[in-house]
Amino acid sequence: MRLALRPLAALGTAFGLAAAPGLAAAETAVSIGMQQEPTVLDPTADATASIDAMLTANVFESLTTVSESGEILPALAESWEVSDDGLTYTFRLVENAAFHDGAVFDSSDVKFSFDRAMAEDSVNPSKDIFEPIASVEAPDPRTVAITLTKPDAFFLFSMAQGDASIVDPSDVETNATNPVGTGPYRFASWTRGDRLVLEAVEGHRDAAPGMIPRVTFRFIGEAPAAVAALLAEEIDAFPGMPAPETLEQFKADPRFDVVVGTTEGEIILAMNNARPPFDDVRVRRAISHALDRQAIIDGAYYGYGEPIGSFFPPHHAAYVDLTGMYPHDPEAAKALLAEAGAEDLEVTLRLPHFPYARRSGEIIQQQLAEAGIDAKIENVEWGFWIGEVYKNKNYDMTIIAHTSPNDMGNFARGPDYFYGYVDPDFTALWDRIRTEPNPERLTELLQQGQRHLAEQAVHGFLFQLPKLGVYDAGLSGYWASAPVLFAPLKDLRWEG
Amino acid sequence: MTLLLARRVLTLTLTLFVVSVVVFAVMNVLPGDPALVVLGLDSTPEAQAALRERFGLDRPLPERYLDWIAGALRGEFGTSYTFAVPVSELIVERLPVTVPLALFATLLTVVVALVLGVVAALNHGRPGDWAVMTLSQFGVAVPAFWLAILLVLLFAVALRWLPPGGFPGWEDPVAALRALILPTVSLALVQSAILARVTRSSILEVMRLDYARTARAKGLSRRATLIRHVLPNALIPIVTIVGLQFANVVTGAIVIENVFYLPGLGRLIFQSITNRDLFTVQALVLFFAAAVVIANFLVDVAYILADPRLRKGAAA
Repeated sequence: MRLALRPLAALGTAFGLAAAPGLAAAETAVSIGMQQEPTVLDPTADATASIDAMLTANVFESLTTVSESGEILPALAESWEVSDDGLTYTFRLVENAAFHDGAVFDSSDVKFSFDRAMAEDSVNPSKDIFEPIASVEAPDPRTVAITLTKPDAFFLFSMAQGDASIVDPSDVETNATNPVGTGPYRFASWTRGDRLVLEAVEGHRDAAPGMIPRVTFRFIGEAPAAVAALLAEEIDAFPGMPAPETLEQFKADPRFDVVVGTTEGEIILAMNNARPPFDDVRVRRAISHALDRQAIIDGAYYGYGEPIGSFFPPHHAAYVDLTGMYPHDPEAAKALLAEAGAEDLEVTLRLPHFPYARRSGEIIQQQLAEAGIDAKIENVEWGFWIGEVYKNKNYDMTIIAHTSPNDMGNFARGPDYFYGYVDPDFTALWDRIRTEPNPERLTELLQQGQRHLAEQAVHGFLFQLPKLGVYDAGLSGYWASAPVLFAPLKDLRWEG
Repeated sequence: MTLLLARRVLTLTLTLFVVSVVVFAVMNVLPGDPALVVLGLDSTPEAQAALRERFGLDRPLPERYLDWIAGALRGEFGTSYTFAVPVSELIVERLPVTVPLALFATLLTVVVALVLGVVAALNHGRPGDWAVMTLSQFGVAVPAFWLAILLVLLFAVALRWLPPGGFPGWEDPVAALRALILPTVSLALVQSAILARVTRSSILEVMRLDYARTARAKGLSRRATLIRHVLPNALIPIVTIVGLQFANVVTGAIVIENVFYLPGLGRLIFQSITNRDLFTVQALVLFFAAAVVIANFLVDVAYILADPRLRKGAAA
């Protein structure tokens, strides 16, 4: 269609009707499409993922940061020491950092930010990452000493997140609409529902030649609109394409690079373990046997995405491949169901609005039918899912992606969590995992955890949500994968 | 006229009151939790409780409603749970998108429909009529969002004449108008297809009446009969449908604003309902209800202007 209409396009140009091309601004600006629009701009007050995606590590900084490969790197802390018992972290802060409004950054800002996040009336979306902290001291302007009540294997990783952003006390009331941080980009403007503009901070300690001076995020919720905006060169990149079926046309177009990476999102067929028949491990194993993961990935996500056999991302160093534990075998599933006395099962499958859930759901319905399970699909909107499935735990089965890193602890959250999964053995194991200071031991324990959850077949573990990005071929320096919710802009470059 | 106005003001007040109670009740009965929307699924129960307290969600429902309505009477519509700013601010900043979109779409609908309707009626039973009817049949059958996507592919992607979406703001009026062209057309075409059929049949019906035949018989041309005698009388059902369609334009804007990623009220209400953002939904639904009631009032006024008999009745 595009080729056929080229002569017409030339006609339009001849009559001066064509829109001003975006190329002129290409060197000094970049425009990035975002599916999810933020409601506020403060990562310490709202869990909306796009807030982190745009602002964390760009406008706001934390003590540490994370590289694309998951390595912990210095940020506002240039170095740190950990005591032998793993209970005291002494951070040495960078010297030349300042907030964008001119306020000087020092250790009192760190103490303020953490005390605020830990306070009783705190509404920090990840308050649990501050839970191990006993006290935060600021003995001098460049030193922060944090004492923990128990060792925390993920502490430095947690401190890199947007929830642990360092904020200036005078800005906390206004950060929601006018974010002020210490990062390499400053907030320039925001038109709710339309766009957010950031500008590079001159003289920032991370400033480097070629850094793009102006970054505009455009909020485009619908997949067809995202495709049109890219094709019309209205935007230069869409790092999280919502619709995998649209990628082929970009692969065939030399103007674009299609980049497929991984995320921390495990997609699961969640079963309500508190509700019969899912309280019977034989039924859960039967369902695992009924699933053909590759068929789900091919059918629902056009082959993008890696199958998982437990609740852990395949790109992680401690990953073990457990996808062979319950091979696709409808007959084995039937036999297990018969053994459990759960033949002629009728269940409901409540699906939220996400494309991965709706599309996987229809395929899974067929696969369950082959094992003699009649699953009725109920499509629900997100607010309903949060209220009925998540909060009231009123569901049989659902499909959801858990996008947080290090979230195996979900299975230790007990009867109040929507899994309805109560397993004192796993809870004890998780306690050991998160307090294990030794990296080798930690890897072993994480692998033990993966095996345990697979053996218990707590849910149907489906596949790892891929990160599907479309970028202008002249753009480089972006992350293909998403090990965290944020993605730094400072390495983004226009080539040529 | 005064009586009509008084009746309409009373209707508006009652409608808004009933709507506010219903929205408040429905939003509270619907499963969902704004605290969980804001803090995410991994948040701690303590943080959720702290936020619910901050929102006032821990207080009894009637108390919250009375508080809200007391504020609304003073012109304060509360603070959005999710956007953390006054709801009035959210609405005011989006009016410059949705109001022009709705007005342009209505205007275009009427112009296109009248032209097509008249053409069809004048060529009754001939190819012109047949063409308009086929076209409008197609227009009625096509969903607005699908048409919108096709228009974008043609005019934004292939021809590059117009932007594929977004809204640059009125600081640059030319760019703003360009951004509204495709959304207006997408919204108007489907509506005008319906209205064109109504216009055609209304004109044909009036043309069959005795006075139209008399006008022709006394020597008036077809065109003069149409303009002086037929159209004024055919307008009454057309105006009725325009009034009803205004509500469709408003709901259509929700879809169209999403397709063209316009920061308008339609997109805001869609988002607020998902987020269970009570005060924002409340204010927006009241706004739309008021707009529809006022549009119906304008239709009544238009009746009076179109029909001299009503004018006399109102004057008496």
